[in-house]
Amino acid sequence: MKYNIQLVGVGGQGVLLASTVLGNAAVAEGLEAAMSEVHGMAQRGGSVLCSVRMGQGILSPLMPLGSADLLLGFEPVETCRALSMVNRDSHIVTSIASVVPISVSAGTDTYPRVDDILEAIRSVNPNLVAIDATALAVQAGRAITANSVLVGAISAVKGFPLSRKRMLDSLLEVVPAKARDINVRAFELGFEKARSE
Amino acid sequence: MWPLSADDPSCHSSQSEQDNRYYAKLGLYPMLEPSTPAEARDMLVEAYRISEILGAPVLFRTTTRVNHARGAVDLRPAPAPVRKGRFDKDPQKFVTIPAYARLGRLEQLKRMDKALRLSEASELNFTVGASRVGVITSGVTYTYAREWLDGVEILKLGFTNPLPEEKVRKFLKGKQRVVVLEELEPYLEDEVRRIAQQGGINVEVLGKRTGHLPRAFEFSPDLILSLGSILQVRPGKEPLPAISVKLPARPPVLCAGCPHRSTYYAVKKAVGKEGAIYSTDIGCYTLGVQPPMQCADFVLCMGSSVGAAGGFVEATGQKVVAFIGDSTFFHAGLPGLINAVYNGHDFTLVILDNRTTAMTGHQPNPGVGREYGGVESIGLPIEPLVRACGVEHVRTVDPYDLKTTTEAVKEAIDHKGLSVVISKHVCPLAKKKEGKLVPVRYAIDQDKCVKCYTCVSRFSCPALSKEDGVVSVDLSLCIGCGCCAQVCPKQAIEVIQ
Repeated sequence: MKYNIQLVGVGGQGVLLASTVLGNAAVAEGLEAAMSEVHGMAQRGGSVLCSVRMGQGILSPLMPLGSADLLLGFEPVETCRALSMVNRDSHIVTSIASVVPISVSAGTDTYPRVDDILEAIRSVNPNLVAIDATALAVQAGRAITANSVLVGAISAVKGFPLSRKRMLDSLLEVVPAKARDINVRAFELGFEKARSE
Repeated sequence: MWPLSADDPSCHSSQSEQDNRYYAKLGLYPMLEPSTPAEARDMLVEAYRISEILGAPVLFRTTTRVNHARGAVDLRPAPAPVRKGRFDKDPQKFVTIPAYARLGRLEQLKRMDKALRLSEASELNFTVGASRVGVITSGVTYTYAREWLDGVEILKLGFTNPLPEEKVRKFLKGKQRVVVLEELEPYLEDEVRRIAQQGGINVEVLGKRTGHLPRAFEFSPDLILSLGSILQVRPGKEPLPAISVKLPARPPVLCAGCPHRSTYYAVKKAVGKEGAIYSTDIGCYTLGVQPPMQCADFVLCMGSSVGAAGGFVEATGQKVVAFIGDSTFFHAGLPGLINAVYNGHDFTLVILDNRTTAMTGHQPNPGVGREYGGVESIGLPIEPLVRACGVEHVRTVDPYDLKTTTEAVKEAIDHKGLSVVISKHVCPLAKKKEGKLVPVRYAIDQDKCVKCYTCVSRFSCPALSKEDGVVSVDLSLCIGCGCCAQVCPKQAIEVIQ
């Protein structure tokens, strides 16, 4: 078994942290795991890509186009940008909360309608779970837990190789102790939302 | 001892793409190349061992995809570190006057003969599989070859200077075809061809020299999958087709509240329409290359901003403003500044002092002092240091005060001769990490806003956005530096909390 996950988002959204949660959970499960991250030249604001691979016979930190079993997008435009990493049978989980790039704020570029993005994705892949991770995070108690919502959501995806408990345990290892309850709530909200889709 | 040299194929965050494996050949020392984090751990132990045997440094050469990768690494008990050694005098070895240097040269060559025997015997060079089609590879490319090639025998090289000649010769013998898979230069390939030629082995060697593989940019699993005409590849999956939605670009940007943005805004204002040549350096502030600031016309390497500024002004007589961060200034800017004083160069150097080394993750620098590893030292203040170098016109300003900063830069540019402006404000991200950032909330009074868009188009902070013609402040990003409020000609941006 080899299971490939592509994570994408915007610098500062916690993409790296979510990747670490996935990688640690895979290792705790006794799987081989490899993870690759490139976060570009600045700390914030740019596109961020991470890949996590787990299973048996895993050596490469990267994977070929089309071979991600799961694409987790923290931002709808970034999800769209990474579609070539997945195939028709892959699962896609994306947050619909957009982060507007500066090119758009400055008026030199336009941001597409999120509904158009989702419709375009659905036209090529039937397994899309679109959730407003920020809204669910606010419901959990803090907007900053949006990445915990998404980690919860992918744990409910069909074919995902790690259990809900394994993922939650791994998440709680990396969040501050005082924010534990909020993150548990965020994780569960994400999990339930994805399961009901 | 093992110096680590990390190459960055595809320049993910580098100024040039180059293959540092040649340093090992140039310097006559052994080299190891790991493929994965776990192998890096094992190889470090081996690097120490080889270094001790040979009495020489071992180049530990990695690339981006080995460094920025994670995987399970089994930790084993480390031997207790020896904190202090003793320097035994040996001028013939350590003092490189010509008479000793000639002896040293012979020693180095002898050392490489010994290193060759170590390489031949090393378990870091091994074969996987059995086939008349061979692949010779090293580094991260080995992982791609293992996972996406079929029907090949792989010679995986971890000890890559000197190459295990006998092992390579044996591998080549009886092979129909050998493909050399390595990123960047044909370093292994040329050696393989040489070994085949010397050994009289008639084998087809394919690689960069035959045009089958590229020299530029990093390899990937997809590159391996594209080699179907020369190797047996495992079939990939069909990627989703492109969709028709047009996506906006998302280059990295200076953060909301970044003091560099304010400095650039002030400098552009001070320079005025006439313009200037902006010579810049390595750090977050290189992002000033993007619109609307466009405060980067030249950057090459650490410290190049200051030296190049002198060159620009001497060669063109144009107005020149150079930028350098505090950390880079200590690292490599001082010799350039001394050179500019010595040669009487007339330009303005702006030192962007954000009290940290922000781009690489907020490491301290000599300007802030240190408090780690059992050492405490106090920071070296930049202004007296600059004065001590002989610069007469020096001003320190807070870039969050745009008016004062603009005036100071203007004075500095108008000053005949070398001038330095130290634009000092702590990086808000560093402050946030320390839990010391207290955000002030700003909002736009839409009644006062005349929709001139100076704030979004000229200042361009990511916390400001324009939707349907209305500018608003994103409170999840805004840290309340207050600079946009100073930029607004109608005082429409106000503190709300």
